[in-house]
Amino acid sequence: MTLIPVEHVLIFSLLLFAIGLYGTLTRRNIIGILISIELMLNAANINLVVFAKTTSLSPETGQVFAVFVIAIAAVTVAVGLAIVLALYRSRKTIFADEVHLLKW
Amino acid sequence: MVTADRIFLIPLLPFAAFVVNILFGARFLKHRAAWLSILTSIAACVIALPVCFEVFGGARFANDFAWLRINDGVLRFGYLVDPLSASLLFMVVIVGTLIQIYASGYMQGDPRYSRFFAYVSLFMSAMLTLVISNNFILFFMAWEIMGLCSYLLIGFYFQKESAAKACFKAFLTTRLGDVGFLIGVLMLFLALGTFDFSEINRALALGDHGALPLSFLATSAIFIFCGTIGKSAQFPLHVWLPDAMEGPTPVSALIHAATMVAAGVFLVARSFTIFMAVPETMPVVTTIGCITAFMAAFIALTQTDIKRILAYSTISQLGYMVTALGMQGLGAGTFHLITHAFFKALLFLGAGSVIHGTHVQDIRQMGGLFKKMPHTAVTFIIASLALAGVPPLSGFWSKDEILLTAFASGHTLVFWILLLTAFMTAFYMFRLVFITFFGKARDPHVHAHESPAVMTLPLWGLVLGAVLLGIPGSPLMHHWFQQFLAHAIHHPEYHPSAFVMTCSVIAAVGGITLAGIIYMKNTHWAESIAKRFRPLYRLSFNKFYLDEIYSKFIIRPFTALGEVLYRFDAKVIDGSVNGVGAGAMWLGAVKNWIDKYIVDGLVNFMGTLTCFLNSIVKRLQTGFVQNYLLIAFLGFLAFIIWELKLV
Repeated sequence: MTLIPVEHVLIFSLLLFAIGLYGTLTRRNIIGILISIELMLNAANINLVVFAKTTSLSPETGQVFAVFVIAIAAVTVAVGLAIVLALYRSRKTIFADEVHLLKW
Repeated sequence: MVTADRIFLIPLLPFAAFVVNILFGARFLKHRAAWLSILTSIAACVIALPVCFEVFGGARFANDFAWLRINDGVLRFGYLVDPLSASLLFMVVIVGTLIQIYASGYMQGDPRYSRFFAYVSLFMSAMLTLVISNNFILFFMAWEIMGLCSYLLIGFYFQKESAAKACFKAFLTTRLGDVGFLIGVLMLFLALGTFDFSEINRALALGDHGALPLSFLATSAIFIFCGTIGKSAQFPLHVWLPDAMEGPTPVSALIHAATMVAAGVFLVARSFTIFMAVPETMPVVTTIGCITAFMAAFIALTQTDIKRILAYSTISQLGYMVTALGMQGLGAGTFHLITHAFFKALLFLGAGSVIHGTHVQDIRQMGGLFKKMPHTAVTFIIASLALAGVPPLSGFWSKDEILLTAFASGHTLVFWILLLTAFMTAFYMFRLVFITFFGKARDPHVHAHESPAVMTLPLWGLVLGAVLLGIPGSPLMHHWFQQFLAHAIHHPEYHPSAFVMTCSVIAAVGGITLAGIIYMKNTHWAESIAKRFRPLYRLSFNKFYLDEIYSKFIIRPFTALGEVLYRFDAKVIDGSVNGVGAGAMWLGAVKNWIDKYIVDGLVNFMGTLTCFLNSIVKRLQTGFVQNYLLIAFLGFLAFIIWELKLV
């Protein structure tokens, strides 16, 4: 079994992160933003796993971090979706650019 | 001593009347104020007269109490009723009571009736305190209260400008003498260490002059005599007394003829031992008295205001008394003081009655009043005869004693001056009598009427005194009065001289006759004499120009000095004060500017700057959540670039 080179994995994760970032910054739909955030978190997870595999550290270290990230991502999504639900109930919208009251 | 303590009541009773009258008189007592004053005065009489007679019988009362303790020294206040004070006490209570009875009629209808009697009662209280006081401090206090009463009563008609000025003048002029008196008393205290009359007499009798030289004692005696000059209107401070006639006539009679002005003479008599201890001071006293007696009589010759004539006559007679005391004639001087008080009070009350009846004071508007005012006229003529020195009235005996003292003690010049004064006295008094009571009524507008009984009865009461009081000091009673006084203080005595008596009678009768010739028979003579002796006439009529001289040489420089000081005050002192104020205001303005533009400016600038920066920075907060994320990301990128030094 040949190993996929680290560089490739890193480029993949970089692309994934960039796609996530672009989505986060450009999507109007808050649910879309949440999904994009998930993309970025998963890009980070890939990095953690890859680096755990290729460095002299024990591989479990990176995997534990990845599990933590997944757990926290679930939490953030739960909170984020709750906010979206509340927002939709009060303002009948789930578009981020329509809720910009909190400013100067 | 139980009986003696009632003596404290003598001055306290009139004082109580003063307190009640001044507090409740105007509102509650009104015309009854006079009754209160008269009643307390009579009560004082009832207490005082038996005391006096006991003293005449040889008793002597003294009592005192500690009034003030200063370290080891104790100032004791109390009374001393010895022959001298008993004589005056006798005179003051009787004359005072009669004058107050008279005043209750004279002042009838005055809007400040009760106030008048309050002042008179205060005066009586002070005078009685003075007479029976046993030390110089109490004496001085009473003396000053009398001065105050004199001021208040001269200015009683203060709505008249002349009265307001007169009381001012009287107060200031007498104050000049009083300052001297106080200095003299304090010097005496320095020398002898006591204010008490008895102790002073005792010390000086033993020849103890204290630690200081005799000249110090002499100076203090002269200073004490200054008090007499002021209060008894002696030359050169006599100018206030004629002006004092602006007061109501009973006041003139009580204060400015019988009692207060006599207090100065009494002062010399009281401190007689001091003058005796330093005989060098005696000529000063004699000279002042002599000048006063002659000058005032000379001025009285030409005056036309009935009260002013009497005022100058009073000054002249006071000069007589002072002269007598200066020649060591304690008995003669005091004797004349007592008799003079009665007939001069009588003259003033008579004059008051005339003024009351005619409403004029100028004798040239009077005339022929004898028939219209018989009681007044008769009593006035008796008093004039007494003053002129016609035997056997009281004035003859007392004046004769003074002339005798001058003659027998070798003061020949003084004797002749006094004799001439006596002649002038007789002349001007009968000039007054003839013009006022005889001849024809000169002014048809004057409708004279006799005064009520409440005014004429006191006149007759005083007539008794004016007629009879000469007897105790006359050779008929072997000079009982003089010996009675000599009992206390030794002074020389002289045998009566037929020559002196003859001279005195000739002077009196001559003066009266001359006045009769000029003013009854040949009325045009008066003017021709005045024309012939024009400089003398003018000198007399203008009172030796003393008022003008004082005005020019003392009052004007003082007011000028006051003016200069006022300017200095207004310009320099006020100027510097105002300058400091203006400087402080300018400094305040500067500080205000700094505060407003620099301190406040800084604070405001900080605020404005913050606002300005805020207006820029706040644009970052758009409310779009993705913007924030973008900025955070850009920041992160910048951080990375910076950290990795990619640029």
